[in-house]
Amino acid sequence: MSEPVASADALAGTAPEPGVPKPDPILVIDGVRRSFGGLLAVDVDHLEVQRGVITALIGPNGAGKTTLFNLLTGFDKADGGRWSFDGRAIAGAPPHRIAQFGMVRTFQLTKALARLTVLENMKLGAVHQRGERFFPAVVRTLWREQEREIEARAERLLEQFNLAHMRDEYAGTLSGGQRKLLELARALMVEPRLVMLDEPMAGVNPALTQLVLEHVVALRDANMSVVFVEHDMDVVMTISDWVVCLGEGSVIAEGPPDSIVANSEVIDAYLGSEHGAPVATEAGP
Amino acid sequence: MDFATIFGNALRSALGADAAIYALAAIGLNLHFGYTGLLNFGQVGFMIVGAYGLAVSVATWGWSMWVGIGVGLGLAVVLALALGLPTLRLRADYFAITTVASAEILRILARSKALEDWTGGVYGLQRIAPSFYDLNPIPRGRYGPGTFSFPHQQLWVAIVTWALVALCTVLVALLVRSPWGRVLKAIREDEDAVRSLGKNVVGYKMQSLVVGGMIGALAGIMLAVNGSAVNADSFQPTVTFFAYAVLILGGVATRVGPVVGAALFWFLISGVESFVREAGSEDLLPNFLSGPNAPGAVSNTLVGLLLIGLLLFRPQGIFGNRREMELSV
Repeated sequence: MSEPVASADALAGTAPEPGVPKPDPILVIDGVRRSFGGLLAVDVDHLEVQRGVITALIGPNGAGKTTLFNLLTGFDKADGGRWSFDGRAIAGAPPHRIAQFGMVRTFQLTKALARLTVLENMKLGAVHQRGERFFPAVVRTLWREQEREIEARAERLLEQFNLAHMRDEYAGTLSGGQRKLLELARALMVEPRLVMLDEPMAGVNPALTQLVLEHVVALRDANMSVVFVEHDMDVVMTISDWVVCLGEGSVIAEGPPDSIVANSEVIDAYLGSEHGAPVATEAGP
Repeated sequence: MDFATIFGNALRSALGADAAIYALAAIGLNLHFGYTGLLNFGQVGFMIVGAYGLAVSVATWGWSMWVGIGVGLGLAVVLALALGLPTLRLRADYFAITTVASAEILRILARSKALEDWTGGVYGLQRIAPSFYDLNPIPRGRYGPGTFSFPHQQLWVAIVTWALVALCTVLVALLVRSPWGRVLKAIREDEDAVRSLGKNVVGYKMQSLVVGGMIGALAGIMLAVNGSAVNADSFQPTVTFFAYAVLILGGVATRVGPVVGAALFWFLISGVESFVREAGSEDLLPNFLSGPNAPGAVSNTLVGLLLIGLLLFRPQGIFGNRREMELSV
């Protein structure tokens, strides 16, 4: 695969229009639909996510961002459509298989495993553990070596995420922001190529927001691709290389961040109402 | 009032085969409920298939005891799969409802007229374990002082059952300290998080259900061996709830909780029963507390009150960690 380029450059020649092909897509989505009763929650004709960049997924409440996340990661069943991750068709695969392929998600409501310690949370994230199979589990010598390696990797990550001092505390004792950091660090234990973050800043106090942001940017610098759902446009503008805007389940616009804030459809659907931008001329009936 | 008699009775129960049988049932339940978070309200169902697997094999078909034990354990695997495959994908409450119902279905089937040729219906089956008692190396006699004494056959069952308890305790301890056990505990906390980290949650829940169910079947097998008989009506749903009481008393998700809980539970049940019987025979109790059913009723009531008190003042049980228990999930 291509070397990591100064990320935004790779997309320099890509037109800011819905469904545009990307030079090196890691995720390709075709005709994904999901309806709840009469409501068509997700209806994405075609969307590609570029490898090695940070893609923001925005849209008003109810636009289908989280539903799309759930569909792509196997947590919900699509009514139809295909999508592939790194060239492998993964539609219909169960969530644990998708995670094993290297596409890992986090949740809007943080899921720290409260009565496990921070370190146990981390070690759980490692895939292909011998000791996680039933019969080898009984005999420690069969998995002790691997467990040590996993623990060393977990400790390095905890160090990076400023959680090392909490390693033996129950995860349930962490603050909201620390839980977000733990969830992010734990996802990295899977060694993913694509990280899907559902509102990584939600419920994080302002002092920690900057830290979480830095970690998200660090993922890209470590050669990972990131898709994240976010409401705060300042955050989106600061860290994303590409922005996809959903409205009523479909992609209504995509492009570099500055093209998105200028896009009249996005302003209509979303920004106008939330940012109080001067949209009077666009909003008339 | 003879306190030595009361104490002897209580201690005999605490160290006898019945307590060990409940310890086994609770060890299986601990794997299900304590470590995996599976609300199994039908542990007695696994005991039924274990007991009847052995009893029907030996008493009806004349097979050897060892084959019968294999049948009992095999049926536990089948029951676990039959329970788990349709329900483990669903929300936890569906699983819980299914387990209660299936255990009752099994009990009612075992006592039904239709299956009388195999199971003995309401009469049950007898002479199940003569070959178990043939293996008894302990010379004929009574062992122990006063009321705390066992006939050699009872001593033999108690020793074997407690040995099985030790074996299962060690097995579960080895399992839960491993990465496998870590996945189970994580599933207890939040299934979706575990899925998102690449673990096959349904597969792990199934493994937990099978292993804990087999330990439950072992409890049933030893129950059948203990009386050398089975009767469907000894497998009421209350058996499961007593096993829960044992588990909560000792400490949920602790290694030795089920063992100490079982001994203590039986010590209290028998002690109170024996006390009421003694006091009644000396006319120390008001009328409504005497009579043939009083000791059992009073001891159940007092143990119930004790459990309520325990939940109020020491909800983590004897061995549990209160700080862990009180964490918001």
